[in-house]
Amino acid sequence: MTDSVLRLHERDKSSLPIEYSKEEGDLRIVGFWIFLAAELVLFGTLFGTYLVLQSHTAGGPTAKDLFEIGPVMAETIVLLVSSFTCGLSTIELRRHNTKGLIAWLIVTILLGLVFVGLEANEFYTYAVHEGATLSRSAFLSGFFVLLGTHGCHVSLGIVWIIGILLQLAKRGITPVTARKAFMVGLYWHFLDVVWIFIFTAVYLTGWVI
Amino acid sequence: MIDSIKSFMGWFFVTGDPMIYGADASIALVSIGIVAVLTYFKKWKWLWEEWLTTVDHKRIGIMYIIAALLMLFRGGIDALMMRAQLTLPNMHFLDAEHYNQVFTTHGTIMIIFVAMPFIFGLMNIAVPLQIGARDVAYPFLNALSFWFFFVGAMLFNLSFVIGGSPDAGWSSYAPYAGAELNPGVGQNYYLIGVQISGIGSLATGINFLVTILKMRAPGMTLFKMPMFTWSVLITSVIVVFAFPAFTVALALMTIDRLFGAHFFTIAAGGSPMLWANLFWFWGHPEVYIVLLPVFGIFSEVIATFAHKTLFGYAVMVWSMIAISVLSFITWLHHFFTMGNTAPVNAFFSISTMLIAIPTGVKIFNWLFTLNKGRIQFTTPMLWALAFIPNFTIGGVTGVMLAMAPADYQYHNSYFLVAHFHSTLIAGTVFGIFCGLHYWWPKMFGYLLDERKGKWSFWIFMISFNVCFMPMYFLGLMGMTRRMYTYPAGLGWTPINVVMTIGAVGMGVGFALMAWNIIWSAFYGKKDTTGDPWGGRTLEWVTASPAPEYNFAHIPEVSTRDAFTAMKEEKEKGLAKSSKPYEPIHMPNNTGIPVIMASFMFVAGFGFVFEWYWMGIPGLIGVIACMIARSFVYNDHHYISIDEIKRTEAATGRLS
Amino acid sequence: MSENQSQMTKQEHAGFPWKQVIGLFISLALTVLALWIAVGLSLPVHVTLTIIVGLAIFQAFIQLFMFMHVTEGTEPVHQIIGIIFGIYVAFAVVAGTLWILAYTI
Repeated sequence: MTDSVLRLHERDKSSLPIEYSKEEGDLRIVGFWIFLAAELVLFGTLFGTYLVLQSHTAGGPTAKDLFEIGPVMAETIVLLVSSFTCGLSTIELRRHNTKGLIAWLIVTILLGLVFVGLEANEFYTYAVHEGATLSRSAFLSGFFVLLGTHGCHVSLGIVWIIGILLQLAKRGITPVTARKAFMVGLYWHFLDVVWIFIFTAVYLTGWVI
Repeated sequence: MIDSIKSFMGWFFVTGDPMIYGADASIALVSIGIVAVLTYFKKWKWLWEEWLTTVDHKRIGIMYIIAALLMLFRGGIDALMMRAQLTLPNMHFLDAEHYNQVFTTHGTIMIIFVAMPFIFGLMNIAVPLQIGARDVAYPFLNALSFWFFFVGAMLFNLSFVIGGSPDAGWSSYAPYAGAELNPGVGQNYYLIGVQISGIGSLATGINFLVTILKMRAPGMTLFKMPMFTWSVLITSVIVVFAFPAFTVALALMTIDRLFGAHFFTIAAGGSPMLWANLFWFWGHPEVYIVLLPVFGIFSEVIATFAHKTLFGYAVMVWSMIAISVLSFITWLHHFFTMGNTAPVNAFFSISTMLIAIPTGVKIFNWLFTLNKGRIQFTTPMLWALAFIPNFTIGGVTGVMLAMAPADYQYHNSYFLVAHFHSTLIAGTVFGIFCGLHYWWPKMFGYLLDERKGKWSFWIFMISFNVCFMPMYFLGLMGMTRRMYTYPAGLGWTPINVVMTIGAVGMGVGFALMAWNIIWSAFYGKKDTTGDPWGGRTLEWVTASPAPEYNFAHIPEVSTRDAFTAMKEEKEKGLAKSSKPYEPIHMPNNTGIPVIMASFMFVAGFGFVFEWYWMGIPGLIGVIACMIARSFVYNDHHYISIDEIKRTEAATGRLS
Repeated sequence: MSENQSQMTKQEHAGFPWKQVIGLFISLALTVLALWIAVGLSLPVHVTLTIIVGLAIFQAFIQLFMFMHVTEGTEPVHQIIGIIFGIYVAFAVVAGTLWILAYTI
């Protein structure tokens, strides 16, 4: 990290995509990356908590008792595909194709809704049919809060994308709307990354141990 | 019906103690007074347009500092109440429960609502000016951060008169802080008030990180930045990565208390030790969050008043970078005695001693900066000079505490209390007072009186030592923290009496400083040059107070101590010919941050009392404000060349 | 670096989004592979855990580089250092918490 690497450059921005074309867009995208880095710690703390409490089932249902492969794989695949469609929306953005961008964002939120629905159904099954509620054991507290935090992030992402869709429909692709669409894409991919770790640390680990 | 209202009121308002009724009355009177004054002088519009809706970093900084000074007053009263209670054995000035509440609010307020906002205030005032920027990267978010801090602080303070204060200590250890052992709303106030303010802190961290990385004046490479700016950059990194852990810890305990989860309970497999672990994962970096910026302030002040460039600049920077990395792997030293395995204690003992090295290096850098300097003993310089020996004592006792086996002796004794007050008062408090005196002319255009400033310094500094030096010995004699009274005949009484005298002295010193602020507002020496101290960095280039746009022309930087270089060039007659003005692009004021924070306050109050009919609409209001903001496209305006000319002419700087 | 970026942008302007499709298929394959190792094989527990965590990290990096464009921007070094620091702190909190509280598990 020497002086030359971190020098303040007056870099030519013409080679960069549209979302970076305004100073403000550049600033906000960097800030959003930093926010995502902070979110890594937020989820890290939840993962640490869950893993410590995983074996504290207090005589209640265990991970093996609860988790079923079918619904979990469905959630995982839906979210992975939504990350892909979200990536396609960024490509349409770079092609300045407003219609394509809007179409792929709509597909993304539809998949997001399916994911939230599947997760809500999973929670409902556990809580109502298996008696596995938040206050049953420390393990379940950790499970519901970790997964719930991720689910809330996805739901918030859906609301956010809808807001951006309205602005895109009204204004088309401008440096400002482009920046917003790019940022929500980053957010969506990030939630996919978190899910990969939930899949591994919660479900796969639950089946193994 | 009337009976049920009566019983509700009896539960809702804190009753029974004459001191509380006194507080109720004074809060009511002050509120009525403020409303009356604003109405009488027709200042509501002014308050709204100039302050509540401002996005100007300088005004936000001033609001931070005013709020922090008010909170310092309250935290100080708490401290004096504790000292009054402990002066003599078997005192009954406070009962045990009230004493617990007082030390809890004292600690929480001093760390979260004094140290951090005071530092954020000074950051807001100085950093954009030091890097030659016109504002921070996200002015809207900056206002939002302030208002979240402010409503968090107000919510926390409300607990004093409505519902009851938290009493589980500022570290709120489980299981005592859990719903089972600590029913009522007090602990909810702590969790939610601190949470709201923490969201603001995280946003400030991101804001200043991006501001410093992206908005520096042309030519100012990272290794040409002023040291205060460097310290804020590193602090911002720590804020960004430490606060999310605290957010989670607070949220988990809130979920425990409100929704019956079992993270930190004893029943159903919860782990009370997990709370200590998560709390200190944030809590230790937090120590550096409140220390590194004041290291930066001292670096600026010592260089300015020794009339020398800072010794060992690069070493100073690298030691702060080392601190930022190490600060995340030392947290366990706050709970060596929790029953951890030997390898765990050994690792964290070593990492703690490691982090003392970069801090020690910095002490030597300041000493070498002073070496052969022409030292000028102004009030800010006195605070900086006093910091070095007093803080070093706190640092050395910290290394004593870092030795895990020895810590079993010191842990939770007054030795520990003396240690962290030595670092937090001699470090943070001296630092913020130093920065306050140093940047005061830049904030308001006049200086604080030097004579009164020096008096308040000497009284405060000597009293600090009278209060906290004996405390180390009291700890070694066996008195533990948080005991609300003690029996006679243990030999503790004389020391306690001396400490109380010291505490009163610190109160007098602070009162004198408050008097100095009021006096100087009327009679203070005006700063007409913009450079009252012979400053070395860019904040002294512009007028005092700085105009809305900070710099009519963005300065160009070629060296460290950029302003010193500019002054030298000017003396040699090398000043560059001035360029024509251009219209300046500035953000619009907006009411959304204060409205959004008000919704947050409503939501927070609802969740404190578990009134979801109030909490959920409050949160919906917050989200509605976010959406409303997203649809605002016209959020900037231009300052015309005419207006720039008028402003510059008014300060005699028209080029 | 800016040359690479403009090349990349050109690629994205033209034709089929190969990078995204390949990213998707690698992700799906890694997910199924991890599932098979965890549920289908019966390796020793710690071996299984090591492998699946390794696969998860690999998959996260695929997202980061193939979908998230982490190396783009005027000064990508800022966000890269930010993410690295975030990974460091997240690792510290997870590993530290597990190590410190191991005796309670």
